[in-house]
Order: sequence, then structure tokens, then C-alpha cells
Amino acid sequence: MSIRFLWTILLTLGVAWFLTILPMPTWAIGYRPQWAALTIVFWVTAFPDRVGVFWAFFAGLMLDVVTGSLLGLHALSFSIMGYLTVELQHRIALFLAWQQALSVWLILTVERLVSLWVLSATNQPTPGLSYWNATIVSMLLWPWFAALLRALVRRLDVT
Amino acid sequence: MKPLFNRGPSAIVRLVMASLVALALIIADLHYREFDALRSGLAVTLYPLHFLAALPSRLARNIENQVADKAQLRAENKRLHQENLTLSARLQRFDALESENERLRNLLGSAFKVGERVLIAELLQVDLDPYRQQVLVDKGTLSGVFVGQPVLDANAVMGQVERANPLTSTVLLITDARHSLPVKVNRNGLRSIATGSGLIDQLNLLHVPKKADIRVGDLLVTSGLGGTYPPGYPVARVTEVSIEPGKRFATVTAEPTARLDRSHEVLMVWSLPRLMEEGAVTDAGGVGTASSQHAVLEP
Repeated sequence: MSIRFLWTILLTLGVAWFLTILPMPTWAIGYRPQWAALTIVFWVTAFPDRVGVFWAFFAGLMLDVVTGSLLGLHALSFSIMGYLTVELQHRIALFLAWQQALSVWLILTVERLVSLWVLSATNQPTPGLSYWNATIVSMLLWPWFAALLRALVRRLDVT
Repeated sequence: MKPLFNRGPSAIVRLVMASLVALALIIADLHYREFDALRSGLAVTLYPLHFLAALPSRLARNIENQVADKAQLRAENKRLHQENLTLSARLQRFDALESENERLRNLLGSAFKVGERVLIAELLQVDLDPYRQQVLVDKGTLSGVFVGQPVLDANAVMGQVERANPLTSTVLLITDARHSLPVKVNRNGLRSIATGSGLIDQLNLLHVPKKADIRVGDLLVTSGLGGTYPPGYPVARVTEVSIEPGKRFATVTAEPTARLDRSHEVLMVWSLPRLMEEGAVTDAGGVGTASSQHAVLEP
């Protein structure tokens, strides 16, 4: 794992965390894409032999710290999401664009499902149905998001 | 060249390891305070992110200040001047009442302490976890902030410090579902506990008897019983009292008087007992009077 690879992935994750806490108007908060989750899914599908469960765990843990949620909540959900992506990435690589987006939606939904499970298991207030809007927005965003990051990877010549 | 066989543990083993660590972190965060050091360590490395995210709104406010024209400033100045006058007029009366109250309490021999030191902190406008009622402020342990410190705004109690990092701290608002504070009705001293509802504009009062004398519009103030909040600060106003035959207690909801979703600046409060513990009463801005020290020394 080269230094440049490490910096690129940290940079993209940093931007994702930044976008997660960037203030938005109240009506738009429910539609905020799951930036960090999308970033991890991209890196796992692009470099499955280097980025996996542990990177996902790290991204989730830092997300917990940055957003002030229960420490370990996103670490757990991201780990499970990372594992799922590692297992599915061979298939995702062969899919058409819309099939890819659908499988990304499935993966992100599992991530939210695990978060929801932890929230209710720890007696915290559980959100309503609007909780799932973000997965749809993220799915619609995925083709452009992946294209952008692919271009970045190519431009920075990350190997 | 990609190796044919992956070295290191397989994905499922990694998943089990990561999940176990995550579960341990969840349990530790729920039950043990010792792990807060880990969180604040990580938070320091992420401070630039918070700073950057809060920058646009801070800049917007600066620009707003810059471009405010003369007439506007003059109008605001006038308004503030009038407000200052009315407040100082009220304060004169209050000073007299306070000293009288203290004298009477000293006569009674009760250990009542008044006087606080405050620090003005600015909110960092960042979106935290949307399912928790918490805000980030720009003062941390380097400024003397401690966990459990009460936080007020100009109108009322906002919440308490939940986590204090060196440069920032997270304030748990009184409306968070995990937060409760002891209150009393200002009109008659009826005590209750106000629990957050998870909604920004609603508090629930627990265990209010059906026949209790509580009405819509009553002001709730801190009773000081929990030890976290100084007594006598306004908290909320009762908005609804409903008595249902099937329930053992009356259902009482209240609306916080603090502007929880609109304040830019907050006051971090050091109450006098805490200051005395630290031996910092001398720089308490003249509020630690001899009589109140006396009250502490002779319980």
C-alpha cells in the first residue's frame, strides 16, 4: 500500500466526513447522502484486495467521533457493510450501471438497518420513515459519485 | 501482481474482529466514562473538519456585520441602550433583594450559595447526529470547561456539557431523550422532573399527580436538587396539562424557553461551590461575597 494510496483514501474520507457535518437547511437534512458509506463502497469495489472490513471500521469510528453519535455505532454498521461489499464486489464489477446502483442501495440499506438496530437496542429514540430517504438519494447519486472518484484515482495515478 | 492467495485473516474473520471491537466500544460508551479520553483524542485530530464546516456560516455572519449600514447600527445601538437601561433598573432591585435574601438565609442557617462565573462560548454551526439533540461549542477543557457543566443562553437553561475535548465540547440539550433535570413550578414550588422528548420544542414532566396545582403557562425553573444546575434559572413553560382517566399521573408537556435552535452564543457557568472547590473564588468577578463563603463553611 503506497503512501499516495493512503493519502488519497484519507482525503476522500475526510471530504466525506466534512460533507456529513456541513450545515444544511432543516428540510434537506433528511436527504443528506451517506457520503462516508458511499466512499467506503467505492474503495472496496475499486481495490478489494487492499480496502476491506478494517478500513470500513475506521471510517465508521471516525464518523461516530465527528458526528457525536454513540461511539461504535457506525463502526459496527460500517464493518458489516464493508464485509457485504467485499463479498459482493465480484458480482458488482460485472453489473450494468443501474444494477450496480441497486446493489449499492441494498448495501447502504443494510448499513442503516444495523444502525437502527443498535439505536433501538440501546434505548435511544428511533427515527421515523424519513430515515430511509438517504439510501434512495445515495443510490441515485452513486453513478456520478463513482465516476468522479474513478476520475480522481486515474488523475492521481493511484495504484 | 495480486497474490493468488490473500495473506492475513479472511474477510469473515476480520468482520468478527471488527464487530467485537465495535460492540465493546458501544458498551463502553454507554456505561463507562473512562473511554471518553479515546474519543476526545480522536476529536482533536478531527477538529479541522469541525472548524472548516463551521466556517461558511461564521463568514456569512462576519460579512453581515461588515455590510450593516449606519442606520441599522444606530437602530440596534438604540435598542441595546434601552434594553441595558431596563435591565440595570431591574438589577438594582434584584441586588437589594439578593442581599436581603442572603441575610435572611444566613439567619436561618441554610447553606444557600449564589454567584457564578460565566464564560461566553460560540456555537459551531455543524450538523451533528440528527437523532440526538446536541450542539458543539468552541470552548473546551483548555478554557476550563468540565463534563456536567451547565450551559445557558440569554433566556434560559440550554443543557449541560456531555463531552469536553481540549478545543471543543459537546453540549447535550435539555430536550434530548437521554436528558432529565429536576425542576419546580415557579408559582408554587411544586417539584418535578423534566425529561427531554427528542423533539427540539418539547419537554415531558414526569410523575405529576393528577391533583397537582399546575396550569398551562406556568414557568418551570431549575430546582437545584440534582446538583448539576444552579437553582432558580428558567427552563420551560407548560404548554399542555391533560388528565386521562386510565393513567396514574397527569400528562404535562412544556416548551423550553431557551432558544435551543437559534442561539449563536451560549454561557458556560461555573457555580460557586465548584469554584470554591477549585480555590478560584477570588477571580469570580466579585460574586463570591464573604457572607456566601461563610454559608459554605458553616453548613
